Amino acid sequence: MREYQQLDEVHINRRVAQIRILGLAVLLFVLLAGLVFRYYQLQIVQHEKFATLADENRVHVRALPPTRGLIFDRNGVVLAENRPSYTLSIVEERVEDLDELLDFLDGLMSFSDSEWQQFEEHSKQYRRPYESIPLRFQLTEEEVAVLAVNEFRLPGIEVEVELVRHYPFAEKIAHSLGYVGRINQREQAVIDTDRYQGTHVIGKVGIEKHYESVLLGRVGYEYVETDARGNVLRVLERQDAIAGQDIYLGIDSRMQLKAYELIKARRASVVALDVETGAVLTMVSTPSYDTNLFVAGISHRDYDQLLNHQGRPLYDRSLLGQYPPGSTVKPLFALAGLAEDVIQVDTVIHDHGEFQLEDGERIYRDWKRGGHGLVDVHIAIEQSCDIYFYELGHRAGIDVLHQYGDIFGLGKKTGIDMPSEMVGIMPSSRWKQDARNISWYTGDTINASIGQGFSLVTPIQLANMTANLARKGIAIRPHMVEAIGDEAFQPAVSQLIEVEEQYWQAIHSAMEDVVHDARGTAFEQGLDIDYRMAGKTGTAQVVSIAQEAEYNAEDLEITQRDHALFVSFAPAKNPKIAIAVIIENGEHGSTVAAPVARILTDKWFELYPHLLDDRAAMDHSGSEAI
Amino acid sequence: MQSDFTRRMPGVLRSGLVGSARSILDRLHIDWLLLLILCLILGIGSVVLYSASDTDMDYLNRQMIYVGMGVLVMLFVVQIPLAVMRRWAWLAYLVGLVLLVVVLVAGADAKGAQRWIDISIISFQPSEIIKLSLPLMLAAYLGDRAMPPRFKHVFAALALVFIPVVLVLLQPDLGTAILVSASGLVVLLLAGLRWRYILSALALLPVSAYGAWLFVLHDYQKQRVLTMFNPEADKLGAGWNIIQSTTAIGSGGWSGKGWMLGTQSHLDFLPESHTDFIIAVLAEEFGFRGVLLLLALYLLFFIRGFWISFTAQNSFSRLLAGSITFMIFVYVFVNMAMVSGILPVVGVPLPLVSYGGTSLVTMFAAFGVLMAVATERESLHAK
Repeated sequence: MREYQQLDEVHINRRVAQIRILGLAVLLFVLLAGLVFRYYQLQIVQHEKFATLADENRVHVRALPPTRGLIFDRNGVVLAENRPSYTLSIVEERVEDLDELLDFLDGLMSFSDSEWQQFEEHSKQYRRPYESIPLRFQLTEEEVAVLAVNEFRLPGIEVEVELVRHYPFAEKIAHSLGYVGRINQREQAVIDTDRYQGTHVIGKVGIEKHYESVLLGRVGYEYVETDARGNVLRVLERQDAIAGQDIYLGIDSRMQLKAYELIKARRASVVALDVETGAVLTMVSTPSYDTNLFVAGISHRDYDQLLNHQGRPLYDRSLLGQYPPGSTVKPLFALAGLAEDVIQVDTVIHDHGEFQLEDGERIYRDWKRGGHGLVDVHIAIEQSCDIYFYELGHRAGIDVLHQYGDIFGLGKKTGIDMPSEMVGIMPSSRWKQDARNISWYTGDTINASIGQGFSLVTPIQLANMTANLARKGIAIRPHMVEAIGDEAFQPAVSQLIEVEEQYWQAIHSAMEDVVHDARGTAFEQGLDIDYRMAGKTGTAQVVSIAQEAEYNAEDLEITQRDHALFVSFAPAKNPKIAIAVIIENGEHGSTVAAPVARILTDKWFELYPHLLDDRAAMDHSGSEAI
Repeated sequence: MQSDFTRRMPGVLRSGLVGSARSILDRLHIDWLLLLILCLILGIGSVVLYSASDTDMDYLNRQMIYVGMGVLVMLFVVQIPLAVMRRWAWLAYLVGLVLLVVVLVAGADAKGAQRWIDISIISFQPSEIIKLSLPLMLAAYLGDRAMPPRFKHVFAALALVFIPVVLVLLQPDLGTAILVSASGLVVLLLAGLRWRYILSALALLPVSAYGAWLFVLHDYQKQRVLTMFNPEADKLGAGWNIIQSTTAIGSGGWSGKGWMLGTQSHLDFLPESHTDFIIAVLAEEFGFRGVLLLLALYLLFFIRGFWISFTAQNSFSRLLAGSITFMIFVYVFVNMAMVSGILPVVGVPLPLVSYGGTSLVTMFAAFGVLMAVATERESLHAK
């Protein structure tokens, strides 16, 4: 019985456990079915989504930034180049002991507090795993070498190379060339971000800005397979970047350097144009600044210094500076008088030093006390006789003066291929009515007839006017660029006006005598010169002097002293180069501005003597004709 | 009653498959069907491991050495008469506990947790021993008593489970604690634990989970749980593993990307690809059908295991075989569930597929026990 009970218990135990085993088996089935369902869900239902995710994981599109086009001068001298710049950065994930590494690095090349601070800030920002954190930019060659030697001891450091813009001439060709800088938020909003993938800089001013789209080039792409650490394993597909086109400027760097040397101590501008092509040979504005400072991002201190500098070095006087042209417009107005029959070549005026309007009380004086005596148009230009031009202006009326100023490019944009230029003012009766809401007075005409009063021009306008005069009325739009890549720049050429040849002769010979005749205002510049140069001096008042007061430089603040101007072209018979010089508060066009033009012209013919041979041939044939 | 003792396993003796080897396998107490299933799973595992370790033969070679060691352990275990196991179960349990204490005091650090004992020749995790000796102990304890167990026996059994689980949690090793608890509790279930206990335990589950959240779980463990619910919250940190493993699995589709062609694993997006996350490699390279094949093999194994348990000669053997089978199922389930993002990441390997020596040897020891149960009646019958 007891055995039976025992057997019974065994039986019961077995039944109980077997039922439970079946129960567990059911549970197991259900859970396994759950697993199957989960994997079905991931692999079949959501397969597309995860397949995409997996591809996004491994395939990355990398932008291949194009190499920025280079900028050369007319002879192929590099004005803007791309230099490798090395950055030291750290991949934290690969570093065993960060503190130890940083200590070691500090021992190698000692870092500043601000560098540590920046590094710390960078390291706290969001980044992909294995993304490097920059520690020092623009490593010197020595630093690169030191790091290379110690590389085996420094797991986790990376020296990355990137091309950075560099301007070998720095402040000597600053304003015209311009510079590139980091793309800022405002620019970010405007640019085509696709084109700038991988590119961090953009042209900010000057040629760099105006020809941004040419210099930039086309971005390339590469589809790369990367592992989880961001290592590129292979390139799946690649479309190469197309480098930006190189630009050849009309500027001759040697001329530019010479001009810079001549005026660097002044607040001044020099613009020289190739008369035959309209190309800008030289364009300098001083004081200047080192454009390289802006490329990597200028420091606050440097920037403040530039902003607060009295001479306003960032300001491009050549295109943005507006000055009264003063007597430099006299040849143009003489041409206007001749062409409009207001005067004749032999019209003589008696200049006794004062001019008075019929109904006015105001007396307009000549710059020369007592006047120049009997004056025809030739002498009026040669000696810069004010009275003659008062009379001429008075007879012609402001609208004729305005018309000719406008035709020859004064008081309007030249259309030069630069991002910005000022308009200036070539006043007319209508202009005064519109701009000032005051009617035109005859006295305004008198002031305007010697380039004072409301008249304002930029140096580029003056140079352009001079070239237009030298070309006898043919205009070629001034331009910086000679060629883009292999393609020569085609400047816009137009006939401004038809004027009788004898009038041109009259104007040109008078301007020639400004330099070469003993009575000319720039006579000293014509001494020991082996070519013929035509010019015109100018002295522009910054403040008007009271009726009876004498201009006395000593009494005036430096910034209120007269501006010194000079325009010229040479050789006089077959002009090749036209120059405009403005020296702010330089006072004397003849002795301060004219020498700059003379030396530059000398330099030009020293560099290109064959241009003078041309002249010799011309002279020869000319003398035969006579 | 007698039929119980005379009934034979279908297949073993009748099968012509094993032929002349039959006698050797019989003599060694090997269950050929179980062995066949194990070999198939191991085969699949090796193929996947080769790919997951990036064709580094070192891993595969070492894995084969572990398999060899495991087979030796299995052959040894299967020779131990069940009566001996039953008599000395308490000793195995005690040794397990002592080693757990030792590892806490003098264990080697690995990734911030003390789980390993390093005695120059070999290093191993004592928690692996308790995974086997706990069900052994409980099967011996409850197998001697009437079923369903009385309250005091349930209480004693729970205490036996509780002590090693706490020791494992102190290491801390959440995954193993879950496995150890599962292997112990399942013995209670098999022993016929009354429904009122089961239901009240289930009712208490939310409360104890909350208690565990507050007092037991470490921050990183809580993080893993939170991550499971929202892996996107920390894509590059805690969520990385889960995002990458589900991406690997999902991108495999029905037929997979092909052997050695998984991008997630070969480009190192998938973490732990040759150990805990190896199922993601299989799913990526062999697709859903590969997963189904592996699950089918596991299912065969579980069915065989439960059949061995179902037909076992006595309570002890029944409880032992049933709990070991279920424990291996828990391994598979927890691993595949955590890799596919439906359980927190707790560090449980996939049996016979994941790379790793200690767990492999444990597995084979468990198979040894299963085979011992399977062949028990044959020896009885032979008598």
